[in-house]
Amino acid sequence: MAWLTNYLTSSIGRKLTMSLTGLFLILFLVVHLLGNFQLLKDDGGEAFNKYTYFMTHFPLIKMISYGLYLFIIIHTIQGLMLAAANRKAKGQGYAVKTTPPGVTWASNNMALLGTLILAFLIIHMAQFWGQMHFGGMPESTVYPNFNEGKGVKDLYALVAEAFTSPVVIAIYTIGQVVLAFHLWHGFQSAFQTLGVNHPKYTPFIKGFGKAFAILVPLGFAVIPIIFYLTH
Amino acid sequence: MKLNLKIWRQGGKYKGELVNYQLDGVNEHMSFLEMLDVLNEELVSKKEEPVAFEHDCREGICGTCSLVINGRPHGPWKATTTCQLHMREYKDGDTIVIEPFRAKAFPVIKDLVVDRSSFDRIIQAGGYISVSTGQAQDGNAIPVGKDTAASAMNAAECIGCGACAAACPNGSAMLFTGAKVSHLARLPQGRPEAAKRVQAMVAQHDTEGFGNCTNIGACEAECPKGISLDNIALMNREYTAASFTERPVTVGAEGA
Repeated sequence: MAWLTNYLTSSIGRKLTMSLTGLFLILFLVVHLLGNFQLLKDDGGEAFNKYTYFMTHFPLIKMISYGLYLFIIIHTIQGLMLAAANRKAKGQGYAVKTTPPGVTWASNNMALLGTLILAFLIIHMAQFWGQMHFGGMPESTVYPNFNEGKGVKDLYALVAEAFTSPVVIAIYTIGQVVLAFHLWHGFQSAFQTLGVNHPKYTPFIKGFGKAFAILVPLGFAVIPIIFYLTH
Repeated sequence: MKLNLKIWRQGGKYKGELVNYQLDGVNEHMSFLEMLDVLNEELVSKKEEPVAFEHDCREGICGTCSLVINGRPHGPWKATTTCQLHMREYKDGDTIVIEPFRAKAFPVIKDLVVDRSSFDRIIQAGGYISVSTGQAQDGNAIPVGKDTAASAMNAAECIGCGACAAACPNGSAMLFTGAKVSHLARLPQGRPEAAKRVQAMVAQHDTEGFGNCTNIGACEAECPKGISLDNIALMNREYTAASFTERPVTVGAEGA
């Protein structure tokens, strides 16, 4: 298996790891956003709570979620290691710093953006995921004809409570702006790494990536704001 | 015109610093290197050590000239080498900062001269095809389509100057390595050794201490020959395919 180690520790193997884990995380964002839209349903949180119950109890989803945690960790550690290695490989920089035409700010700052996203993720997971799993939330919200009449955790109430704070709203909005910049470069970069660079597909990938980088974070950001304004 | 030059001096009495020079009588028809020649004539006549910089053909095809001019490898003109940059770009009183190519794998030898032998070793690792000697083969014995020939030629335009690694914030030489890999991989003559080649060249690239590509695209923007990022994509495909499907080879051992 030395060949596999050689591959995965080569510069191309390492960026393939970044690309594949990144693409998985991109897919996850879509699922997460679709779930979040349940929050906007005016039903006192029934749809959202049923959805979160499903996401935390359906075996296949649970398995995928362990993969998700693993991929977040791999993407983070690999990314930080690459950033450190690349800084070392550059050595001394230039007295005059320039950005060549066509080079985006995001592409030059992926490690910084990624670190900010990690900080956001820690806040975000402590606030909701940590509370849900380890916060001792009672399973006392009962919906008819659901979960054999047993109660589920009222995550909706937790979210509704959190989104009454302007500070939380600000953190979420800033977090999404950072995510947008990360995706602006990351989306199309993942495909280039996989070797997909073709006149027939690349313009679409780049266009779709930019739309994705704006619309998905925008979707995440407006939900807390709508919540704040309507509750 | 009169110019204020800030030039990186390293070696001898200089520890490694930007030194100011005022140069008068610069003609707009001079090339950038001729401007430096004039400066060196002045320094020599004043019994000072001239500025060391590399140059050879001065026709934009050899890849010997380098320099980072006001933060940009080969200066501000698109797809132009330093020797083809002319002083009409500048006006009287301009300040020009001249630094050597920067990358850990390009150590400074003196002033503006860096050691680019790491590129030679990447080529030695696999940037060739093995051809038995004998009579010259018929030129048309192996058919190559026009489009294929053109795309291979576009990659082969790389003059190995090192501007890609100098421009790259990660100090990565993937554009150079990609151009060399794809130049040969696109042609039928290069296919027999393609898998071994890409593995050996990438291994050598990493061994030399070049950084990892993050698809920023600064290399493509600064390349004096306009080498495209799709050469890197091709190298990524070739490398991944070779790593997973080829029977194990001694990666990087030969020529390394």
